[in-house]
Order: sequence, then C-alpha cells, then structure tokens
Amino acid sequence: MADSTYDVVIIGGGPGGYVTAIRSAQLGFKTCVVESTHLGGICLNWGCIPTKALLRTAEVYNYMTHAEDYGLKVEGVSFDLEKIVKRSRGVAGQLSKGVGHLLKKNKVTVIDGFGKLAGGKEGARKVAVEKDGKSVADLTGKHVILATGARARQLPGLEVDEKLVWSYREAMVPKEMPKSLIVVGSGAIGIEFASFYHTMGVDVTVVEVMDRILPVEDAEISKFALKSFEKQGMKILTKAQVKELKKGSNDVTAVIEKDGKTQEIKADRLISAVGIVGNVEKIGLEEAGITVEKTHVKVDEYSRTEVPGIYAIGDLTGPPWLAHKAEHEGVICIEKIAGEKDVHPLDISRIPGCTYCHPQVASVGMTEQQAKDAGHKVKVGRFSFIGNGKAIALGEPEGLVKTVFDEKTGELLGAHMIGAEVTELIQGYSIAKTLETTEQELMHTVFPHPTLSEMMHEAVLDAYGKVIHM
Amino acid sequence: MPIQVLMPALSPTMTEGTLAKWHVKEGDEVSSGDVLAEIETDKATMEFEAVDEGTVAKILIAEGTEGVAVNEPIAIMAEEDEDVAEAAKSAGSGGSGGGASEPKSEAPKEGAPKEGAPKEEAPKEEAKPAPASSGEAAKPAAGEGQKAPPATKTDDGSRVFASPLARRIAAAEGVDLTKVKGSGPHGRIVKADVEDAVAGGGAKAAAPAADKGASAPAAAAGSAAPAPAPAPSSPDDPIFKMLPAFEEVPNSGMRKTIAKRLSESARDTPHFNLQVDVEIDKLMAMRKQLNERDGADYKISVNDFVIKATALALQRVPECNVAYTEKAVLKFKQVDMAIAVSIDGGLITPIIKDCASKGLATISKEAKELAGRAREGKLKPEEYQGGTFSISNLGMFGVKSFSSIINPPQGGILSVGAGEQRPVVKDGALGIATVMTLSLAVDHRCIDGAAGAAFIKELKGLIEDPIALML
Repeated sequence: MADSTYDVVIIGGGPGGYVTAIRSAQLGFKTCVVESTHLGGICLNWGCIPTKALLRTAEVYNYMTHAEDYGLKVEGVSFDLEKIVKRSRGVAGQLSKGVGHLLKKNKVTVIDGFGKLAGGKEGARKVAVEKDGKSVADLTGKHVILATGARARQLPGLEVDEKLVWSYREAMVPKEMPKSLIVVGSGAIGIEFASFYHTMGVDVTVVEVMDRILPVEDAEISKFALKSFEKQGMKILTKAQVKELKKGSNDVTAVIEKDGKTQEIKADRLISAVGIVGNVEKIGLEEAGITVEKTHVKVDEYSRTEVPGIYAIGDLTGPPWLAHKAEHEGVICIEKIAGEKDVHPLDISRIPGCTYCHPQVASVGMTEQQAKDAGHKVKVGRFSFIGNGKAIALGEPEGLVKTVFDEKTGELLGAHMIGAEVTELIQGYSIAKTLETTEQELMHTVFPHPTLSEMMHEAVLDAYGKVIHM
Repeated sequence: MPIQVLMPALSPTMTEGTLAKWHVKEGDEVSSGDVLAEIETDKATMEFEAVDEGTVAKILIAEGTEGVAVNEPIAIMAEEDEDVAEAAKSAGSGGSGGGASEPKSEAPKEGAPKEGAPKEEAPKEEAKPAPASSGEAAKPAAGEGQKAPPATKTDDGSRVFASPLARRIAAAEGVDLTKVKGSGPHGRIVKADVEDAVAGGGAKAAAPAADKGASAPAAAAGSAAPAPAPAPSSPDDPIFKMLPAFEEVPNSGMRKTIAKRLSESARDTPHFNLQVDVEIDKLMAMRKQLNERDGADYKISVNDFVIKATALALQRVPECNVAYTEKAVLKFKQVDMAIAVSIDGGLITPIIKDCASKGLATISKEAKELAGRAREGKLKPEEYQGGTFSISNLGMFGVKSFSSIINPPQGGILSVGAGEQRPVVKDGALGIATVMTLSLAVDHRCIDGAAGAAFIKELKGLIEDPIALML
C-alpha cells in the first residue's frame, strides 16, 4: 500500500482535478490524485478533445466537398470512418499521456483506483481507494478535493443502450456511419454531434424541447444557427419532445410531439444529449454529511463543502459544465487553501463558452435578454461577417458578432459570436471583461488587418453608432 | 558612489517627521545597524539605523528640523575608499533620485540637476478640505453630466491602479479613487470596490497603507491574516476548529459596511455618554388625546415625540448638531434626523430631513413610510445617507437603557429606552411616574460636556412638557 498521508488528496483526474493537482504541487503541497479510469477525464478522453478531432475531420471534408468554391478540383471525395475514429482516439491518447507526464514532473502521486471519502462524519479526511473490488490505498489528506465530474443524463424512454441509442461515448466511436440520425437535445454536445454527422453526409434531425436551439446562447445567435443549419439541410424540430421510442432490429422510430401534433421519425440511430448529472454516487458524500442538490454538490464561492477540509470543484458542483470552469475553480480553491493573496471567487459572467459546430458559436457574459432582465439599459452592436475582408477571402461570409454594453457605464456585459473561428476569437472579449474595459478601450485597441478579429472592433463601434464597414 | 540618506518612512502613514537628534556627525564612520538619528513621527520617536557602511560626508538637515518630508535627503555618506569631500559636494548637485523609496539612492548622475526639486515635492499638503471621509458620497455628488476625471494619483504621488470600468463608475458617482481600497490583483481597484464604496456611503480612506505594511508573503497555511486583524479573517481560522459546529453566513455588503463604519467609529471617535430619566406621563396623555381626535389619519408613537423633541432641542442647542472634520467643526443649519431601523440582515438609518420644522403628524407618517420601505429594501441612497444626528430606540424590547455607537460623520446619537412605571420621589413623597431613560453619546472632538448637557436638559424639558413641542 502506498504511503498514505498527503496535504491534498484530489479525487478525479479530469481537467479540474489534474490542473488543481499541478497547482497544488507548485504551492508546495504534497499532492495525490486518485483516478479510476483515465487521466484527463471525460474532457480529454471522451469529450472536448476527441470531438474536436472529429469535427476537424468534418471541416476538412467539408472543404473538400466545396473545393470548387476555391478553384480546386477534387474527385472521388470519400472517407474511411475507422481511420477518422482512430485519429480521434490517437489525439486523446497522446494528450492523456501528456497529463501523466505533467503530473509526474510536478511530483504528484497518481493512484489508479476509485476513491471515496471513508472518514464518515466524525473522522478525519480519509479517502479509501479501490480497484476491481480490492482496496489499494487508504489515504489521509489535510484537504480533500472532489473532482469526480459528471456524465450524460438519462431520459426515461431514451436510455442509452450503446447500440441504437447512443450517448456521446458511442457517438464518438461509430463502427459504421449511420444513414440517418436523430439527435435529442441541442445544447453544445448535441449540436456538435449533429454538425459532425450532418457534414459527413448523415441525414440528421435535431429534437429540442425548448423554443430554440443552443438555448443558453443569445436568441439572435440561436436564430442565426438555426437558419444556417437548415440551409445546410439539417432538420430541426424545436418545442418538440420524444414521447416514445420504438426500437427496430437496426433502427429506431421516434414518436415526436410538436405543437400538439405527433409525428414519427425513423432513423438508424439516436443520440441522447439531454443534459448532465454530477457523479455524486458512491463517493461517500452522504456519510460525510455533504449536501447534494439536484445531483450536484453544494459548495460556497471557494468550492468549500459544509464539511471543513472537503472541497468540490468542476462539473460535480453544477453548471456551466466546462473544463475551463473546473480548472479555474480548482486553482482558486487550492490557492485559497494555501492562503495566497488576491484570490477571488470565479465570476461566472467571465467564463466563455464555445460550440464547435459549423458555423462555430462562442460567447461570454450576458445575453441581451439577460442583461435587460438584470435591469441594464443596453447598447447593442452587431457586425456581420459579410462586411469583413478576411471572412470573404476565407470563403466564410456567414456569421455575426454581437456586443452588449451597459449604456450608463460602458461595461461590456456580453459578447456573442457565430461564424468561422469565433471560438478562437472570444478570448479577446474575455480579457476585456476580466480587465473591466469599457467601450473606450475596445475602440482604442488596434485590431490587425485583415483578420476576423476586426469584426470584434466593428461590433463595438456599432454599439455606439461608429461602425465603419457596414 | 556617494549614498544619499533619505528621510525614512517609519510608519505606513508617515509623510513627514522631525529630525529630532543626530547620533553621528560629519566624518564619523558608520556600519550597517548603527543608529544614525532619532526621528520623531506623529506617533513616536524612533531610531533610524544605517543600512550601509561608510563615512558620514555631509549632514543636510540640521537637528531639530520639523516637517522633513519622507524621502528628502538628510545626509550624504561616502562609501569605503571614497573621497569624503567629493561625496559631500555631490550633495549640492541635485535632488533625490525622484521618489526612491529606499533609504539609499544612487547619486544623481543622470540629467540636469533639478534644483530644489525635493522641496517642491514635499507632500506637506494635508488631504483635501473634505468633510469626514464617509460623508462624501452622501451628497448627490457630481450631476449626471458633470464627470470630473477621477484622481489617478494619490496624495503621495503614486499611481492609482483602477480598471477602466471602475474609473468610469467612480467618475459618475463622484467617488474619490484615492480613498478606495482595491481588491483586484496587486490592489487594483475594480468595479466591485467602487460599488462597495458607493453603497458604503462614500469612498473611505480605508487603510491602504496598513495593508501595504502587511504585504509580506503569505504563509502557506490557511491563516494568512493581514497583520493585526481585529477579527479572524475567515472561517478557516484554526480557532474555529475548536468551537462547536456553525453555519457560515457570508458577509453581505451591509454587514461589511456596518462592521467597517462602526469599528472605525468606536476606534476613532472619542465617545462620551450622558444619561437622563424623563417622565412621559404628560406626553402619553397628549399622545392619546392627539390620536383620538376625530378624523385623525395618523397614529403618533412615543418615538415620534422623541424625534420631534430631539430635533427641536438640537435646533435650540446647535452646538450639538455638528460634525467634526480635521479642518473645521461643521455646524449644520438644519436637523436631518437619521432613525435606526432594524431590517433583515442588519440595520439602516433612513433620514427625516429638516426634522425640526416638521409637525408631529408629518414626522410620524414619514418615519413609518421610510421604515416600511427600509424593511422592503427599497430606500434610495439619498434617503439613508447623510443625516446630522441619529436616534436609536430599543424601548419596544423592554431595554431600560443602552448607549449606541456614533454613526460618523454625525456628532451624536440618542438611545431611547423603554417607558415604564417607576417609583419617583416628588416633593419629598414617593410617587409613580412613567419614566424613560435617554442616553446620549456624543463625539467629544466637536461636542463638549457642557454642550451635551445643555442639549439633554433642553430635550428633557421638551419631553416632559410636550405642549412646548406644539409651539
């Protein structure tokens, strides 16, 4: 059995856990990470990263099928699904190994097994680690950080069977390309898979219960995305619900209710992407006296649970379920523990969100509606890709950049983008928000020409009636 | 290279001091740690030790000189192997290295000598003629259109680090950024700090200096409490591990404001208390009579009487309707009465403006209406910021008497206890009267004992003979 006393024990080696572990080690804590499956967690192994590899394939494939637009001639465009998946797995594998190296370099002990709080309510902060039903370690930590993440929510009637009904996991490693696909849920995960499969030639229908797709985005962006997807030929049903799922031998038929009417849609496969639930089970929360609310652990602004010395970060603590949120929360948590100066709680309004469908979607801060609901008088700026030289040259004239400012203070309340490469652009506005710039500084910032980023400038100018290229 | 010995800052707040005594004379050899001089600050006399080895080449400031600005050169030292006479000459050739904060600066080689520069920069000017710091934002400062650029330098000339948004809001709200403590990276002032300053009733001259002093690297343990914190800095403090289980109620903005203002007041305002018992039988009778009048659309409380009487008494003894500032005592020409109202999560003091000139019914209605909105959290800042005097009443809880902490910059606060029947001796015989104990706390910096006593005597007279309130 491993030497068992640490300053910090982290349960879960996903982006929240391993980043926290590295920061913890940097701060001089003797640190240990307990990971049951794979370092890097879902994000790196079965989420963010491998899907980006798949979507990159779809992007290149899309360029190939549209080669003529660029004056190129390509014949016989086709793909090898096995190789696409293999590449995606390879990317994940490479990065997971990288995480292992990073932890080693920082002298973080990694324990392979399933960790749970074993101390109960009265005891010290003890973590029992099991592997294949056998105890592999009993750890004691001065501080225990729970970073067990989350998993796909199962909707009754749409339970994942791994064959006909997929979760993100099966959707990431298809053995054969379905001809048709129903995607239930139009959040980031659902839309990314819809976009991937649609681009690869699959007949895709998206079913969304809300009145618009990408419901967390600004309404204007949702509308823009809807139009764009429909133009590409994707079928999208909003305010629609799967009432019943009939399974055939190699296909499914979904009975869908929309506007009081039902319709049946038959497809080879169905992807369920209807939300996230925290991994709160079997990790000793109840015994320790830690409150779980709606499948998430209740914590304060510094990720502290009600039990002194026990913390929870990332997806386990609730939305937004984003790797970068988990990382930041973890760093703040451990720096607070270390008594670092200038540690402040994470401001959710400064966490950008990105969806890598085609066209891409990215945003930070409040939507226009949220800003109004919060009582702000707003100034809104918009700039379309069609007015940007670089976008035209790239052959990507479809897109929109939207800014929302507080009229009185000039605070950038939110920024919303759809179009090529916007996921790489949004950080500009994130920095602006973090530094608390006003419209003035953004107007005085020189954006290089010709770049897509010029649209970020123009969208600010537009909010104040000074737009140039529109 | 000759070393300039600069006037040291021996406390974080020190801007100038008196060079009380030199312990060395020109030509003396000193080594690191030797006492060079005694420096007298506003707080104490301290010994000033040499940091470097060398020979005292020239003494620039004579013993007994007052008002020597921090960082002003006070002596020149020649380093080992250096010509003392040469070093001494360098004294005349220029000023200090310009804001060098260490008591050692390289001799002024660069650029042209700036004659007398250090003198000009001597930060002798004391703050601004602002009234007590906390009152500032209470005034409807800077109208919408008027946007004075917020100060970017502090009094000692150092730059104020603030986010653009914080500057913008500070300009709009008339907040003095030099008095705001930044919570951002390296003490940068961010939006939340300015908003706190606005909510807290003004940009307070927090104690940035004190913080600077405590910026030593934080210990790796959980308790990195900045220097002499009056309360444990966080629930992580080990002391709480020894205490029974608790629920953690995060400090609201109001809680922080209460904690900050009242700590400041209790610490910095010299309180003294005066107590008096007043008989209120006549007042009760008059109250009954007034409230039972036909068509009375008001219900006057005992407290309304106390408010009115206090306002009138202040009008008659204006020496008690005052605020203390460093420059002057401000005698207000009107009584704006702040009434302490307990609300969810704290307390707030809505203000009845020009209270002395208002009738009982008006006061009663205003007090009720303000208290109601206070409890709903719907008061506008101008309705609870300001006020020239406060009243706090705990009589409804049966409290006999208590003393309150003054709400700065006000000069006083009246604490009202419960009215109850008590035995009293009248004309040599024991009788029963309804008696209430009033306690007055005043700021001794601006209200002296006799003035306080005159006020409380006037107040007692008005309450015991309430018909006078009607005049």
